[in-house]
Amino acid sequence: MERIPILKMGDYLLVTIQVDMHDRLAMTLQDDLTERIAKTQARGVLIDISSLEIVDSFIGRMLGNIAAMSRVLDAETVVVGMRPAVAITLVELGLSLPGVRTALNVEQGMSLLKLARAEQENVNGFGER
Amino acid sequence: MNQKGKSRIPEIISKRESDLLADWMREQLAATTFRGDLMKESELREQSRRFLNLMIRAASQQPNLDNISASTWDDMREFLSSISRSRAHQGFTPAETAIFIFSLKQPLFTMLRQELEGDSKRLADEMWVATSLLDKLGLFTTEAYQKGREEVIGRQQQELLELSTPVVVLWEGILALPLIGTLDSARTQVVMESLLQKIVETGAGIAIIDITGVPTVDTLVAQHLLKTVSAARLMGADCIISGIRPQIAQTIVHLGVNLADVITKSTLADAFAIALRRSKMTITRLENPS
Repeated sequence: MERIPILKMGDYLLVTIQVDMHDRLAMTLQDDLTERIAKTQARGVLIDISSLEIVDSFIGRMLGNIAAMSRVLDAETVVVGMRPAVAITLVELGLSLPGVRTALNVEQGMSLLKLARAEQENVNGFGER
Repeated sequence: MNQKGKSRIPEIISKRESDLLADWMREQLAATTFRGDLMKESELREQSRRFLNLMIRAASQQPNLDNISASTWDDMREFLSSISRSRAHQGFTPAETAIFIFSLKQPLFTMLRQELEGDSKRLADEMWVATSLLDKLGLFTTEAYQKGREEVIGRQQQELLELSTPVVVLWEGILALPLIGTLDSARTQVVMESLLQKIVETGAGIAIIDITGVPTVDTLVAQHLLKTVSAARLMGADCIISGIRPQIAQTIVHLGVNLADVITKSTLADAFAIALRRSKMTITRLENPS
């Protein structure tokens, strides 16, 4: 069965969506990702959707869900590289993904994750796990 | 109206073309709608002569005078479109444009009466044919006039749309979008698309939307602004709204629009300062300017 690969880079997980998402694939990704976060104790998830051309309300909601689930599992989610057309579609659908961090490209997304992690450590007063 | 098939109008017009032209010109020049300031008499005479020529040609090719959308009337329609359009540009009113055709009625009817004297039934039939034909041609000019005007309006609208949505690169990573004029859905769409496109091209992290030139902000405009801000945020760029005038601030609060999640500043300068700070940059005055 088709799966979206999840790569581990240090404390972070990298997901690059390079095919058109359909509902089954999205559900599989959600399962795999939560599984991997728990297993690897990742502190951040970076989802690159720069190749994603078509979104619907389901995919939009799924992105929001993934972010919320990751936060429960103590990992920040950054969605990077959203295309203008996709952004307009999501806004028109009323899905402005309030809880999701966004960045223009992978590089900026990475620095955002690092920043978020540093902030969190300051707030919690905990160092490395 | 079987008589129409044998209408004598083409024949009568071609026989007495010069008389008709003279009468018609007299009619047009005497009319109060004649615009000597916009058009020379010679030009009008040339157009009238051309019209009669085309009329004779089209009418004689086709015995049935009723159908001006037939191919034999192509030249005539083209001619009428061109003069209607040129008159629309010259500043004629639609009535003044249509009267060009309608003023032919009187001289033509007089002529028909002279030619068909004694045959009143025939005269009535021919009058009817002539009236319906001239009415159709007259309405066609009005339509063409309208179309000419609409083309002008459409082109201006398009130009306005293109002119009014510049996205300016203020600094490395900082974009500005000065909005001028009323925002409606179509314009917001263009604004949003050009802003997002520019964000992709430049990789800018901050966009300043300046609404100093937006005269009124109602709920719809506010919603459009918020949509633009959300779309930019989804792409990973932050938006600052600047140039909010006191009255607009009051309206926004009265309308109950929630701009709490958006950074708002009163001037573009303030917005630029905060954008620089966010990009970890600062402007300093030179101690010893050389």
